[in-house]
Amino acid sequence: MSELWLPIIMAVPVLGAIVVALLPKGGDKLAKQVTLAVSLVVLALTLVMAFQFPGAAGDRFKFEATYDWIPTFGVHFGVGVDGVALVLIALSAVLVPIVVLASWHDADGVKTADGTVVAPKRSVKTYFSLLLVLEAMMIGVFAATDIFLFYVFFEAMLIPMYFMIGSYGGAQRSYAAVKFLLYSLFGGLLMLVAVIGLYVIAGKQTFMFPELVGVIQDPATQKWLFAGFFIAFAIKAPLWPVHTWLPDAAAQAPAGAAVLLVGVLDKVGTFGMLRFCLELFPDAAKAFTMPIVVLAVISIIYGAIVAIGQTDMKRLIAYTSISHFGFIVLGVFAMSQVSQAGATLYMVNHGFATGALFLAAGFLIARRGSPHIADYGGVQKVAPLLAGFFLIAGLAGLSLPGLSTFVSEFMVMIGAYSSTASGSGAFVVAAIVSATAVILAAVYILWMVQRTLNGPTAEPVKAFKDLNAREIWVMAPLIALIIGFGFYPKPLLDVINPAVTSTLTNVHVDNPAIAEKGAGQ
Amino acid sequence: MESPAEIIQHTAGGAIGLSWLMIVLPLLGALILLVLNRRTDRWGHLLGVAMSLASFVVAVLAFVELLGLGEAERRQAVHLYEFIPGMVDMGLLIDPLSISFALLITGVGSLIHIYSIGYMSHDPDRRRFFAYLNLFVAAMLLLVLSDNYVGLFIGWEGVGLASYLLIGFWQFKPSAAVAAKKAFVVNRVGDLGLLVGMFIVWTSFGTLAFADLGTKVGTASDGTLTAIGLLFLLGACGKSAQLPLQSWLLDAMEGPTPVSALIHAATMVTAGVYLVVRSGGFFFPEGSPQALAVAIVGAATLLAGAIIGCAKDDIKKGLAGSTMSQIGYMMLGAGLGPVGYAFAIGHLITHGFFKANMFLGAGSVMHGMNDEVNMRKYGGLRKHMPITFVTFLVGYLAIIGFPLLSGYFTKDGIIETAVHHQPVLGWLAVLGAGLTGFYMSRMVFMTFFGEKRWDKDAHPHESPAVMTWPLIILSIGSLFLGGYLILSNRLMLWLSPAVGRPEVLPEFHFLSTPGLATLGLVAVGAAFAWMRYGRATVPVVAPRGSFLTTFARRDLYGDAINESLLMRPGQWLTRFAVYFDNRGIDGLVNGLAAGIGGSSGRLRRLQTGFARTYALSILIGAALVTGALLLVGNI
Repeated sequence: MSELWLPIIMAVPVLGAIVVALLPKGGDKLAKQVTLAVSLVVLALTLVMAFQFPGAAGDRFKFEATYDWIPTFGVHFGVGVDGVALVLIALSAVLVPIVVLASWHDADGVKTADGTVVAPKRSVKTYFSLLLVLEAMMIGVFAATDIFLFYVFFEAMLIPMYFMIGSYGGAQRSYAAVKFLLYSLFGGLLMLVAVIGLYVIAGKQTFMFPELVGVIQDPATQKWLFAGFFIAFAIKAPLWPVHTWLPDAAAQAPAGAAVLLVGVLDKVGTFGMLRFCLELFPDAAKAFTMPIVVLAVISIIYGAIVAIGQTDMKRLIAYTSISHFGFIVLGVFAMSQVSQAGATLYMVNHGFATGALFLAAGFLIARRGSPHIADYGGVQKVAPLLAGFFLIAGLAGLSLPGLSTFVSEFMVMIGAYSSTASGSGAFVVAAIVSATAVILAAVYILWMVQRTLNGPTAEPVKAFKDLNAREIWVMAPLIALIIGFGFYPKPLLDVINPAVTSTLTNVHVDNPAIAEKGAGQ
Repeated sequence: MESPAEIIQHTAGGAIGLSWLMIVLPLLGALILLVLNRRTDRWGHLLGVAMSLASFVVAVLAFVELLGLGEAERRQAVHLYEFIPGMVDMGLLIDPLSISFALLITGVGSLIHIYSIGYMSHDPDRRRFFAYLNLFVAAMLLLVLSDNYVGLFIGWEGVGLASYLLIGFWQFKPSAAVAAKKAFVVNRVGDLGLLVGMFIVWTSFGTLAFADLGTKVGTASDGTLTAIGLLFLLGACGKSAQLPLQSWLLDAMEGPTPVSALIHAATMVTAGVYLVVRSGGFFFPEGSPQALAVAIVGAATLLAGAIIGCAKDDIKKGLAGSTMSQIGYMMLGAGLGPVGYAFAIGHLITHGFFKANMFLGAGSVMHGMNDEVNMRKYGGLRKHMPITFVTFLVGYLAIIGFPLLSGYFTKDGIIETAVHHQPVLGWLAVLGAGLTGFYMSRMVFMTFFGEKRWDKDAHPHESPAVMTWPLIILSIGSLFLGGYLILSNRLMLWLSPAVGRPEVLPEFHFLSTPGLATLGLVAVGAAFAWMRYGRATVPVVAPRGSFLTTFARRDLYGDAINESLLMRPGQWLTRFAVYFDNRGIDGLVNGLAAGIGGSSGRLRRLQTGFARTYALSILIGAALVTGALLLVGNI
């Protein structure tokens, strides 16, 4: 029975997407309702599955299902989850219904600064149908245990996102969508070469991940294949200096699509580094650790500084994410239990926190028709609820202790500082330098808050209505999760820790500090 | 020196077992008020007061229970839950140090809650004010009650958040919004120190819990301890507005006056002193360079704050300078090691009373004077606000160290110990006391004495009972608490299980040399103030003043230094980085794309075409894969 969980959870949104696409014209409202219902069913199924997750016991991958796909080449439809994949699938399943609710009117048309509404290029039901297709692919990409299947999802995810940006986005949507596509295609191509190379050189006639771990031994080969995977993931994550597609894509995408883009799709990059780059090519990963850590630290500081200078809310949030992805990459390559568990937790927390921030910004922009920070002021006075949610989401963005993002950022930094992996001196420096981002984060968030929420109320802002019931239902669950996991992150960490331990075992890193204390003590 | 007692796991239940309620009750209050929003407008302030008082009751019960235990058992750790598995658990440490703070926070905190019912009665957002006050109390209690550094840090930033929200309570005023942001950002500089300090603690000792650290720090090198100590001192400087991170406190006076009394005088700003004393046994060994650094920072700030206090015409900013200065005294005491801890904490407690008393008194004056803060527009108010005047006078006499009042005992304790152990710093503290005598007398004369210099529409009147009663209670504490705590070394003996104590207990000398010198200088300062502001006419518009006056009025050029050293270069860096990102990196990318695609203009127009191109590229990709796989499959 347990092998049916993942195929069912992926099939439900696909079927839902077909149903939504086949709805008659004019059934926009029904399309939205069906999409919401389907995404809630997926969430319910995912949660039931998550509660049955057996933890550390047994095989690494749980709920495994493997079917032959292209037997000639040993391609399987192979799915299964470890703790890391599970929490990321859960993140996707939680975010989709929230995004559906948040995007209720996003596909109806875009309000511009002068108050006119521009109809989008494609229909409302197409948008929601794409959303469900995307959900299936997001779950698939994290669940894939076959590397070829992973690659297919990795590339295919681009299609719905491309249309969501290109057809429903802001004024510069075409430029942004093409840029997003070209960057991703470039990375994907390199990865494809590496995937085929891995298959050929391993000579195992299979793409199944567990069977390929530890197979490539030659250091030079490892380095080439590592590079192919890593560049694709670095673009996806995105890491400095291949990051410039993200601010454009996130700023032009509808708020809901931006949430899934930054909250989930980009995580495939960091997830891929942890799962594939490290475990398949451990020696190359160690050899490349220093340059990658340098890039990560640059991302952290550079992203934060550029964020301070942004005048567009959504671009600002995108740059904060570049800073945050730097933390995740640092955690992954610092090669300690604490740092990698922290990095994984960071992926989840960042999804909720940045999701909340994008959505709250989206609510502001929907009211004012402008993403420019200078067009706001004094929102607190007229829409205190919206302002309150925006503030809490912002505080999560600056990793305020007591909110979930603090736990993961703290773990990444303290895990890097205390890492005993080779080159630990550099990790100490990296941890200290990246810690200065706590000051920069306070500046970029609170300055934005000051200019949008505080001060005298700007004339066009005076007409703002506070959040309606739908919008409250969008924000409240995210805020509850951010605060809840801020004080009690144990349920997530208990699932993540064993998976990270097996990653580190495959990378042959012993972490005495943790081995002694016990990872899940 | 006698070492602190062992920390034992609490198993018995009782009030100590329930001590988490102290934090949860006000937190619940804040949550209810914020979630139910306007629905609680009518009774929200009462709920806020009730939650604070309930927290106080729990603190008193835990205190009584602790008193009933033997001295060796007075450090009880209450385990709550596993926080970060393998790293740290949430837990509380109930010991004489933490419970003393808890009593101060909830006791003075409750009085300020009650006072605020009156002070904020005309504010449409009074409910939100009480929500934030409750949030503050909860965070502050988490800070002092946590049995580990991570919990302490959550409280530490939690009070920072409450401070941010309350300084910016009237956020529609741009000055308030800017001040709130500044306070948070400057504090984050300090938090960076605390954060990196924790990295070192965890890496060196494998624990962040106080109970485990006690046995493990002995193994560390002096260099490690110095690094941790200095980093923690940076954290303390941020929270406690000590040099060089002092600049936010004066701006923080933008917040409503009860906030200044509770957060920026009595409790939050003393968290740095708490951090040093709590960590003293681990990271600030007696005579170590980091302990000396604490004392030097304290001595420098006590003078800087006093000098600023001398030049301010804004009554709240005058009191803020004074707060900086008084916390400087506490830091000086804390830097002296176990001989100074009890005096530092003693001064912290009495200061909590007399400074809250005077801030609330200032609020009472403002309440009757249309929120005027400029003392040049006060004068002769003693007849119109008799209760405010008398209670303020008590606070004034306490802070200048008038013999036998609270401040006399605690400040003199610090001065005498400092003169004995660090003579230079000690005599600077004597000098600071003289300045205190001047600026506090100036404040009293300008406000309550002399002729009326009011604006035409001012109708000063005494505040309602809900505001005057807290003043009366606080002034009683300002009268007697110091003597009670210091004489017979009551406080030192009570705190010793938590912080240790010197081998030989100090004796209090009423007629020592530094003590007499202090009294003499205070008298000179007060007399000088009388000549300038009591007997002479106070001009309504501030005269230009000498170089020294300007220096003090501009907060010793703290903001100017920050601006030219940090803010301006920061702005340039930001501007350059944005330019570099748009034109440099992205320019390169767009140029590359344009080079391949013909021109970037065409690239943008090709959107629909690209969908087809994409499908084609997938097809080609698939064909390539298939071909390659066939090739391999045949081998």
